[in-house]
Amino acid sequence: MKEKRVSTTKGNENLVGYTFLAPILIVFTVFTAFPVVFSFILSFTKWDFMQGITLNSMEFAGMKNFTEIMKDPWFIESMKHTFVYTIITVPVGIALGLLLAVLINKYVFFPGLFKVTIFLPYISSAVASAVVWSVILHPSYGPVNMFLQSIGVANPPKWFADVNYAFPAVIAFSIWQQIGYIVLVYMSGLKGIAQELYEAAEIDGCGEIKKFFVITIPMVSPTTFFLLIMQMINSFKVFDVVSALTDGGPGTSTTVIAYYIYRAAFKYYEMGKASAAAWVMFIFIFAITIYQWNQQKKFTTYS
Amino acid sequence: MKSKVVSKNNVFKVIFTLILFIVVATTVLPFLWMISASLKFETDVFSYPIKWIPDKINAISNYKEVWSGSYNFALFYWNTIKITVIATILQVTFSAMAGYAFAKVEFKFKNSIFICLIGAMMIPDQVILVPRFLLSRWFGLYDTHAIIIILLSFSVYGMFLMRQSMITIPDALSESAKLDGANHFIIFTRIILPISKPVIATLAILKFVWTWNDYQHPLIFLKSRNLYTIQLGIRQFASESGTFYSLQMAAAVCAIIPLLIVFLLGQNYILEGMAAGAVKG
Repeated sequence: MKEKRVSTTKGNENLVGYTFLAPILIVFTVFTAFPVVFSFILSFTKWDFMQGITLNSMEFAGMKNFTEIMKDPWFIESMKHTFVYTIITVPVGIALGLLLAVLINKYVFFPGLFKVTIFLPYISSAVASAVVWSVILHPSYGPVNMFLQSIGVANPPKWFADVNYAFPAVIAFSIWQQIGYIVLVYMSGLKGIAQELYEAAEIDGCGEIKKFFVITIPMVSPTTFFLLIMQMINSFKVFDVVSALTDGGPGTSTTVIAYYIYRAAFKYYEMGKASAAAWVMFIFIFAITIYQWNQQKKFTTYS
Repeated sequence: MKSKVVSKNNVFKVIFTLILFIVVATTVLPFLWMISASLKFETDVFSYPIKWIPDKINAISNYKEVWSGSYNFALFYWNTIKITVIATILQVTFSAMAGYAFAKVEFKFKNSIFICLIGAMMIPDQVILVPRFLLSRWFGLYDTHAIIIILLSFSVYGMFLMRQSMITIPDALSESAKLDGANHFIIFTRIILPISKPVIATLAILKFVWTWNDYQHPLIFLKSRNLYTIQLGIRQFASESGTFYSLQMAAAVCAIIPLLIVFLLGQNYILEGMAAGAVKG
């Protein structure tokens, strides 16, 4: 009797659990799980879209997509830019973010005002902000270049239209856009540091700068670790900023891997090539995440 | 002695405050310039030195052109609001349901499914983009709002946020309700949901902001101009309107201001929600 009751509640629990999960599971299976498998298959096929989007026109191509993209100068450039972008935006953003968070937290008047205003770019859409900045940095009439000319710079950079300046400008824009988020996350991390630690350090005669290096940096290391992983993954996937600011140009000077994939798939309809490039991207993201996960213990201090 | 230390600290505080004012000038001034330029006649947009408050105001004609010209921002607004509101409601509902299942129900394969979903967070959108595009073609959902709403109705992040919050609600509450004969549905709607109001508000606002700003999905899944969202609209408008910068700025104001209002109203939820999501995630 008792046995039976237990088993019906168990069956009931199963039914309830899956009913509550049903919407998410259906969408996940159809639009995430299946696409992952399908994309993997696609990366080994050639698919001519001129003959319609049916499975009949799909041909097995072996490793051809992978060998082709490795020889494609656009792809090589895209990878190179993605690495440079990541290597600059992530550490600069995190270091600047921590510094600003510490200042806002303790060493300025009106901390609330700064916390909100520094967050404005993050909440505004990347696309609209990009439109605003490309006008502000307009090569001939923009207020920035007008100002530079008025203080005597004869040939100010053409920013997003300049092969040499476009990529640094994209990087600067990204940092400008992300910094508010990093500051915010660090500020909540700083709240968690016990005040007694600072008091003890003061008794030992530590100055403010020493306190920053000896207490603050080690104590926020879990936050730093979290930001490092998230920002690196996001940098690898950067798309909106590039698409809205420069469309990868001028030439190939600002193209990145996510933009390459978009271009291959939706401008040239080379679905196999796009999928192959996407898997190369995934392998890098996966490797970075696993590597950093293993490094976590060396990186972070838990009290 | 003590007052000397305090005054020295104050000097540093003033210096740092000034530095911070310079830093936030880079975040505030571009938006002020945008608003100012959107009010000007085209010929005055680039006049230098910058006139922050324009002498001659052409706001009505600029905004009228943006709202009802060949690019119909009123329609883009309506499309964006429609997608954002429906996707937000769906995602919050589905996330809460899934969060409840993972936090409070014991069912078969619970942990394996949970690990699968969390693992999927690592897969970049780009990997599944092409198959999603093909699926939309096969299902006849390409160039509809439905496909965007469906794709945005699911997020592991939302599910995870809900689960993490619901798991902290003591089981004693639902156990006593169970003894009174309540089933899972009643426990979910009458006990767990009301307690979870703050996290629901957080997720709803975050989701609202993300969906409003989403650019990649409309770019890939929408073709007809009358279906455009505001982000896609402003991008196309900027590349096609060429040299009409006052109009571009008016369009940018339209894209940014509603969110700024949401942000200023829901500041605490947004800032704390993002920070909490970060720390827990």
